[in-house]
Amino acid sequence: MIRLILRTQPSKAMIFLSPLLAITLTAVTAFFIFVFILTDIEVSSVFYALFVEPLIDIYYVSELLVKATPLIIIALGLSIGFRAGVWNIGAEGQYVIGGIAGSTVGLYFYDVEGFWLMPLMSLAAILGGMFYAGIAAFLRTKYQVNEILVTLMLTYVAVLFLSAMVQGPLRDPSGFNFPESRLFHDSALLPIIWQGTRVNVSLIIAIILSFVAWFGLKKHISGMQVKITGSAPRAAKFAGFDDKKTVWFSLLISGGLAGLAGLFEAAGPIGQLNPGLPQFYGFTAIIVAFLARLHPIAIIFSALLIALTYLGGENVQIYFNLPSSITNIFQGMLLFYFLACEILIKYKVVFIKTTGQRI
Amino acid sequence: MNEGLIIAIIIGISIASVPLIFAAIGELIVERSGVLNLGVEGMMIVGALAGFVVEFHTGNSFLAVLAALLAGMAIASIFAFLTQILLTNHVATGLALTIFGLGIAAFVGRGYTEVRIELIAEIHIPLLSDLPIVGPLLFSYNPLVYLALFVVFLVWWFLFKTKHGLILRAIGDNHDAAHAIGHKVVRYRVMAILFGGAMAGIGGAFLSLVQVPMWGENMTAGRGWIALGLVVFSSWQPFKVILGAVIFGGITVLQLHAQGFDIRISAQYLSMLPYLATIIILVSLRMRDKNKTNRTMPNCLGRIFHSTT
Repeated sequence: MIRLILRTQPSKAMIFLSPLLAITLTAVTAFFIFVFILTDIEVSSVFYALFVEPLIDIYYVSELLVKATPLIIIALGLSIGFRAGVWNIGAEGQYVIGGIAGSTVGLYFYDVEGFWLMPLMSLAAILGGMFYAGIAAFLRTKYQVNEILVTLMLTYVAVLFLSAMVQGPLRDPSGFNFPESRLFHDSALLPIIWQGTRVNVSLIIAIILSFVAWFGLKKHISGMQVKITGSAPRAAKFAGFDDKKTVWFSLLISGGLAGLAGLFEAAGPIGQLNPGLPQFYGFTAIIVAFLARLHPIAIIFSALLIALTYLGGENVQIYFNLPSSITNIFQGMLLFYFLACEILIKYKVVFIKTTGQRI
Repeated sequence: MNEGLIIAIIIGISIASVPLIFAAIGELIVERSGVLNLGVEGMMIVGALAGFVVEFHTGNSFLAVLAALLAGMAIASIFAFLTQILLTNHVATGLALTIFGLGIAAFVGRGYTEVRIELIAEIHIPLLSDLPIVGPLLFSYNPLVYLALFVVFLVWWFLFKTKHGLILRAIGDNHDAAHAIGHKVVRYRVMAILFGGAMAGIGGAFLSLVQVPMWGENMTAGRGWIALGLVVFSSWQPFKVILGAVIFGGITVLQLHAQGFDIRISAQYLSMLPYLATIIILVSLRMRDKNKTNRTMPNCLGRIFHSTT
């Protein structure tokens, strides 16, 4: 008989070991699933394309950084809300709206060059994302409407809005009616920091933001407030922390950051506004945040790991004609295992001899 | 408007609301037991695929629906194991289930995007189905439509007229107390989660077997999430699920007809309507009576149960 006994203190060793265990289990399970499903393809070569090649080729490494950047930025914002029990599940929507808002500014000034343009676009993107998440904050604080459902519904709306925008007002006037905007001009594009690749300045911003979040959470009172409201809502109330403020704070921060990530994607790797902007980053960032156990610095590493599943997914799509949805399978499985392994931190697993008595 | 169009619209609304009824009534039981499963979208898409694949290979609709039911249960069992045995966070596990379900359905279904199947036939009762107006409106639906209504009744009867239903509600409201007087909290919750998976699976199969005779990897298009909204809308009361589903079905169908009538709004804006309506309805519900919904919400919803004895 196996029983779970609550530990008096979380196990320090398990905090580090459990994510590694989860990753190992995911890889092993994936291997067996592939052996079972892909009878006509050499499984080891699929694995090579999935996990090894993206790490040894310089092009892939640069792409890994490109993909990790939006994940870091979005996950940072989400992790703050998740600590407080505010579930912004629709970061994808705020990402899209931020992308549209920032791009609109860039396209408006399409014949003007200037160093001020990118900050202005970023500001628009942040405000756009904040506004979009703010709707959920307003409805939750005013009418107690669940923010999970609101942010999710708004994600579907945002994707449709993007489609309407690139087919309508923001469509490239000389673009043969393709549903996409003009290509951004130089001032509206993020500067490349690694020549010959698509790695741009947003990576540096993402890393800076991680450290800012880390210090903020450690030092600042609102970080404290967010932490406590999440883990002990009643205690937080007695201490005089305002639940409504926490909801607003969490959603505005995560919305703003998601919006910024949306612009960085449009003004970075894509270089225009087109329907390919939403790439599930907003949802994947949820996994990134969990995998990092909501720790701002750990988010950088978990984002790189998840970016690997994206690249691997693209790789097997090209080489073996397998759908890129393989990425989702990995990510879902990884989160399953991760959550399951978390039990080792909070609980001690003990084996008890059954004595025949029923418990 | 002529009679035929009105009948067509009413039938359209019924067809559009049935997947939501199935998914929502399953989730209603789950939430009544105190569990929040956000994996409805994932369970629906897996059911849609399983039903489609079996229908394509066997041509047997009964087997297809059964396969969807079992597929929904199978994937729900992952959620049950994680949340009930390994005590994981409900929200995170549910999300993982949705992401995993979407991925596995797209992956397994990659060879089926080009093929078509025969739609499940509507029933035809001699005499009754041939009646004017009443015939098409009451006696000529797909068998699953009647099943949906029957399941809602069954759930209501189970929850409020049986001993097990009472225990399930007690567990959802206070799992510690229910445990203390000897009820098997985990067992009831696992059963509820499996039932929820089965219903979401059938709801998904209704999409791929009845609404459109094809398979597409995003064919649920957020219906699982709307079903979650419906459960809140219903205040956890089974019959109100039907009302909510009909409202959403109505909006979906009207939006499709509006696109057909060439109203001067881009199709995208019309397609936003079901999602915006979900939000608006949830808000108006709270505006009308803030306390009522809070009172009927199961107290232990989403809380983790760990017995120390």
